[in-house]
Amino acid sequence: MPFEWVLALRFLREGRMQTALIIAGTTVGVAVIIFITALMNSLQASLAERTLSTQSHITVRAPDEAPLPVLDRQRAAVASHVEPRVQRLRSIDQWQRVFRELPSIPHVVAVSAIATGSGFAYRGNASKSIALIGVEPERYSRIVKIEDKIRTGAYRIGPGEAMIGIDLARDLGAAVGDRIRILSSEGRDDVFRITATFDLGVRDLNRRWVIMPLRSAQTLLDLPGGVTHIDLTVDDIFAAEAVAQQITARTGLTAESWMAVNSQLMAAFKNQTMTTRTVRLFLVLIVALGIASVLVVSVVQKQREIGILRAIGASPGRIKKVFLIQGGIVGSAGAAMGSGLATLMVWGASYALRQDDGSALITGQIEFSYYLAASAVAVLTGLLAAVAPARQAARMDPVEAIRYG
Amino acid sequence: MASRILELEGVRKSYNVGTPIEVEVLHGIDLALAAGEFAALIGPSGSGKSTLLHLIGLLERPTAGRILIAGKEVDHLDEAAMTELRGRTLGFVFQFHHLLPEFTALENVMMPTLIERGRYDGAMRARAQWLLGRVGLGDALAKKPAALSGGMQQRVAIARALAVNPPMVLADEPTGNLDSHTADEIFGLMREINREVGTAFLIVTHDARLAGRCDRRIELMDGSIWA
Repeated sequence: MPFEWVLALRFLREGRMQTALIIAGTTVGVAVIIFITALMNSLQASLAERTLSTQSHITVRAPDEAPLPVLDRQRAAVASHVEPRVQRLRSIDQWQRVFRELPSIPHVVAVSAIATGSGFAYRGNASKSIALIGVEPERYSRIVKIEDKIRTGAYRIGPGEAMIGIDLARDLGAAVGDRIRILSSEGRDDVFRITATFDLGVRDLNRRWVIMPLRSAQTLLDLPGGVTHIDLTVDDIFAAEAVAQQITARTGLTAESWMAVNSQLMAAFKNQTMTTRTVRLFLVLIVALGIASVLVVSVVQKQREIGILRAIGASPGRIKKVFLIQGGIVGSAGAAMGSGLATLMVWGASYALRQDDGSALITGQIEFSYYLAASAVAVLTGLLAAVAPARQAARMDPVEAIRYG
Repeated sequence: MASRILELEGVRKSYNVGTPIEVEVLHGIDLALAAGEFAALIGPSGSGKSTLLHLIGLLERPTAGRILIAGKEVDHLDEAAMTELRGRTLGFVFQFHHLLPEFTALENVMMPTLIERGRYDGAMRARAQWLLGRVGLGDALAKKPAALSGGMQQRVAIARALAVNPPMVLADEPTGNLDSHTADEIFGLMREINREVGTAFLIVTHDARLAGRCDRRIELMDGSIWA
C-alpha cells in the first residue's frame, strides 16, 4: 500500500470517534439523497400511472377546423372579429394510412382507433347523457386496461353489446344482461345488451362511459368507416409529449399527450422535482461542510505529526494527498453504507407507506443509477471538502510543528 | 582529514525580514563537520542553537550564506528537492521524541524508508527490526509510543533516524527531558552507533557533562560560534 494510503487509513482508524461520526453523517446524507429521490420518482410514477389508467398516453385527432380568410391580409389591414368555427363531429381523414404509420414511430407500442361522440342512454323512464366510445376491444385493452376495472360481467363486446360505467348502471337501474337503448347526437339509435359494468375510479367517467364495438359507434355517429381519435401507448410515459410533437409534425394531425392534457399534474411534478433537487443540494452542502470541518480539526490535531513527516522526508504534496485520500475514503464509506441504508429505508417505506386503497405508495426498488449517482456525488464531495484542509496541512511549517513539544 | 559531510559559509538568519521587528539570530556562521564526526552544539538558551540545527536540517532557509550537505549546495534547491535530500541524508532525533502516536515502534522506524520508497517491503521491515533490536527494543516492536517510557521512545527515535542509513544525524536536545541515568544510556547508544556505523552526529545539548564526552564541542553564543 502506498505511503499516503497507509497514513490516511491509520489517521482515520485512530481518529475513531471523529471518523465514526463523520462517516455516519455522510452515510445519512447519502441515504436520504437516494431515499428522497426514489420516493419522489416512485410517487410521480404511481401518480402518473393512476392518471393514465383511464387515459391514453397520446390521443391523435383531426385538427380543429379554422375559419378560412376571404380577404388577402397581405394587401390591406382589416379590422375584423373572427368568429370561431363550430367543430363538427368528423373522422380523421384517411385514418387507416395514419394508423399503419404510427407504430413505426419510436416509443409507440400500441395504437387503437376510436369513434366517440355523445348521446343518451334510455331504460324505462330513465334517460342519461352519455359518451359513446366505439373501440376494437383487443386493441383498446392495450390503451386502457378496462378488463382490470370490470366490476360485474366480463370484458367482451360483440355486435349489439356494450359495457357501461357502474354509476351509469345505477342511474339506469340496469345490470349485466339488461338492454338499454342508445340515441346518438346524430339522431340514430340502437339497442345494446350490457355485458359488463366497470369502475374507472372517476365518477364522471363511470356516469357517462358506454363502451361499444367500433362498428356500432360508427353507425350511430354517422361516421361510416371513420374514427374520431387514435389512441396510443408509449413505452416511456415521460417521452409522450415529444412523441406527440413528432406525430403532429409527420401527419399534420393534432396529437395531445397526457402531459399536455394534465398540465397541472405536470406542474406539480416539476415543483416536486425542484424541491427534491433543492433538498439534495443542501444535503450535499451539509455533508461537505461536515467532512471539511472534521478534517480541519484533524489537521490542527496532527500538526506535530505533519511536522515530523515533513522532517523525515515527506513533501508537502504527499501530505496534501494524505488528507485528500481521507476525504475520499470518508465519501466512499458514506456512499457504500448510505446505499445500504437507503435500500433498507426504501424497503421499509414500501411496507410502511400505504395509499388509501392499501396498495404500497412506493415500490421497494431503487434504480441502480441512483446508487451510482449518489456515490459519485459523495466521493466527489469528500474529495472537494478535503481540498482546503489538505492545503492547510501542506502549508504547515515543519519547524513550527516541531519546535514546541 | 576525512571528507566533509557538512559545510556552512557565512550563514546568517534573520526573522521578520523587512519589518520594524527584524532580528538577526545568526551572524555569519562558518562551520564544517567531517564524515563520522561526533559533535556537540552547545550554548545558552536563545543563542540560536535550534535555528542553526533547523538550517542544517533543511527545515528552514538561511537569509544569507551557503550550506553544503555531503558536498552538495542546497541554496538553490526547491522545496521538493530539499525534502528529498533531507529524507535521504539526514536523520532527526528531537527532544520530545516526536514519534507518530498512531503507529507502532516498528512502523515508526520504517516510516522514513516508506516515504522514500513509497510502499512497504520486506527489506525495510527487516532493517527496522534489526535497528530496534540494536537499540534494545527487540521485544517492543508492536507497541505504540504511548506504551513506551521516555527513554524507550527516544531509542525508537534514534532507530528511526538511522532507518535510511543517513551519513548524518541531527539531534535536538535528545536527552533534554530524560533523567540523567536514561540520558547517559541514550547518549551512549548514539556514541556506539557513531563508532560502529560511522554516522556523523550533531547533538544540540544543554548538558555540559555530555558535551564533554563528544569528539568536538561547538559553542554558540549570541548567534556566533565561539569555539
